[in-house]
Amino acid sequence: MTATTTQAPGAAAAPPRLLALRRFAREFAARPAAMAGLGILLALTILALTAPLFIHASDLNVVNAPGQPLSPPSARFPLGTDYAGRSIVPLLIWGTRPSLAIAVLATALTMIVGSLIGLLAGHFGGTTARILMAITDWFIALPTLPLAIALAAVLGQGNTSITIAIAVTSWSGTARLIRAQTLAVEARPFIERAKALGARDSQLVFRHVLPNVAPFILVSATLTVSGAIISEVTLAFLGLGNPTDVSWGSMINQAFFQGAVSAGAWWYILPPGVAIVIVALAFTMIGRAVENLLNPRMARRP
Amino acid sequence: MSSTSAPLSALGLSALETPPSGASSARDFAHYLASKIVAALVSFVALLVVGFIIFSLMPSNPVLALTRGRPTSAKQVAFLTKELGLNQPIWERFGHYVINTLQGHLGYSFQFETPVATLIAQRLWPTILLMGSSTIVSVLLGMWLGIRSGWRPGSLLDRVSTGSAITLWSVPTFWLGIILLVLGSVGFGPIPPLFPAGGMATAGTAGGFAIMHILDIARHLVLPCLTLVLVVFAQYQMIMRSSMIDETGNPYLLTARAKGLRDAEVRQRHAVPNALLPSVTLIFLQVGTMISGAITVETVYSWPGLGYLTYQALQIPDLQLLEGTFIIFSASVIVFNLLADVLYRFLDPRVRRA
Repeated sequence: MTATTTQAPGAAAAPPRLLALRRFAREFAARPAAMAGLGILLALTILALTAPLFIHASDLNVVNAPGQPLSPPSARFPLGTDYAGRSIVPLLIWGTRPSLAIAVLATALTMIVGSLIGLLAGHFGGTTARILMAITDWFIALPTLPLAIALAAVLGQGNTSITIAIAVTSWSGTARLIRAQTLAVEARPFIERAKALGARDSQLVFRHVLPNVAPFILVSATLTVSGAIISEVTLAFLGLGNPTDVSWGSMINQAFFQGAVSAGAWWYILPPGVAIVIVALAFTMIGRAVENLLNPRMARRP
Repeated sequence: MSSTSAPLSALGLSALETPPSGASSARDFAHYLASKIVAALVSFVALLVVGFIIFSLMPSNPVLALTRGRPTSAKQVAFLTKELGLNQPIWERFGHYVINTLQGHLGYSFQFETPVATLIAQRLWPTILLMGSSTIVSVLLGMWLGIRSGWRPGSLLDRVSTGSAITLWSVPTFWLGIILLVLGSVGFGPIPPLFPAGGMATAGTAGGFAIMHILDIARHLVLPCLTLVLVVFAQYQMIMRSSMIDETGNPYLLTARAKGLRDAEVRQRHAVPNALLPSVTLIFLQVGTMISGAITVETVYSWPGLGYLTYQALQIPDLQLLEGTFIIFSASVIVFNLLADVLYRFLDPRVRRA
């Protein structure tokens, strides 16, 4: 791991952490699945960020939609039209924005809460740790969707409540992982040295432990994102999203509840779902690659 | 649907953490059982607290939330405020809430104009039927695939089945359900519509011959059950696969091979029984995932169970009904986790005899 990297000749001047990072990047690049995942995500992010340049509000407006409702793919509408007669293609591209934004934001929140609780429980031990881990275990055991639904319903429809609901229901796995890693790091001699030199708790946790558990936070984050995307579209499908937003979840919601099923409108149902699967898979691929690189013992595991 | 970030490493480790210890097994077991029951009770109390916070403290105006979509006079609002005890101190309200919940008074659904407990009792059996049947099918399928792929990691079967398991892991349950709905009940291209589009029974057949009624329900069950199986079997497969891999290095397998047993015999009679132990308990820990799946699948197929009830409650939103289903779902997971803990201790002779 980071601290035990052997220094390559000729690069002796570089700090060990940078070296480790470089080696990590090289090994990551050698994995086709991981690179494919990264490529897909980069392309989609660029598409999401530049979408306002080539998609106009009129493309997304239900009123005065250009085509007939639920018409199959044609030269003018490559993926057909939705229940209101809007072209599916711009909707699909626009849907990337809220879906990715919510997933990334919810994951960031999850990581902050989960890592903090994991670090605190790992560092302080005793009663604090027992209480924190009891809470964590409780959240791990409980089914996530009913809790997320309850939270989102009480907070009201909208992206904020979906984000909060996802964060509240998914931090526990991270907390457990980070606590275990914190315990492992704190058993190493350099922590004892820092303690002997009189380091305060905050110094120990943030300057010594955090940099060493950071890779695991990264792993946890990439794996959490794919779960967060699925949770986001599920909550949006159940009608908890912002009703005026165009997102992949709300597209499937509208397709399902506005008669796309009985019309057999596969061009309306398939694309948002395929997009979700691709993004979730891309994050999973990256996450698994990072996990395997950091923990070679996991390599033979699924 | 995925529940946590790390699909397998986070799965139910609590059940496996308790180390075997002590000498007198019967007393030990009683002690273990008692501690697990106490832990489950504590979880249940925590669940009540969380339920109270979410549904009673978080809505800024529960009366307004209750009556949303209905015209209410000031008099009715005052009546409801008093009826719900909203002008009492929080501790008293919590006390009432706990007592009511324990007595089975889960509130009143304004949407259905029925007590929540009655609604839940009506909708319980369809959910048990759906979840039970899909659990059985997916356990059998997942175990079979897991045993094969774990025995020969890297083989074609392993790569295909693990690959599809990971892919299915990334598929939103409800979307898969909609696709199967289109394929199975609307018909697509050359595929004729084979199955009904939703519900649990064809209207008007309930009074007919019993056999016909059962067949009718079975026909309605096929698509939702298939959807859940496709989403869930992968988990059992992954669990079984990694527990087979854990067994493969063990010396007793070498002994079995040295005796001249055929490969299939070594696998079925020596490796599988040992690999099964941890997997069986993990099945019980999958109930939470099943519940999440059931909510969306029942919504897609309008299967009249607790999941569809949750969806119906969401549309208003009918908070008391939502609270009822939340408590029932979560409490059942607590019960199944307890069962998993007890079963693990009971099944594994190494732990029992220790």
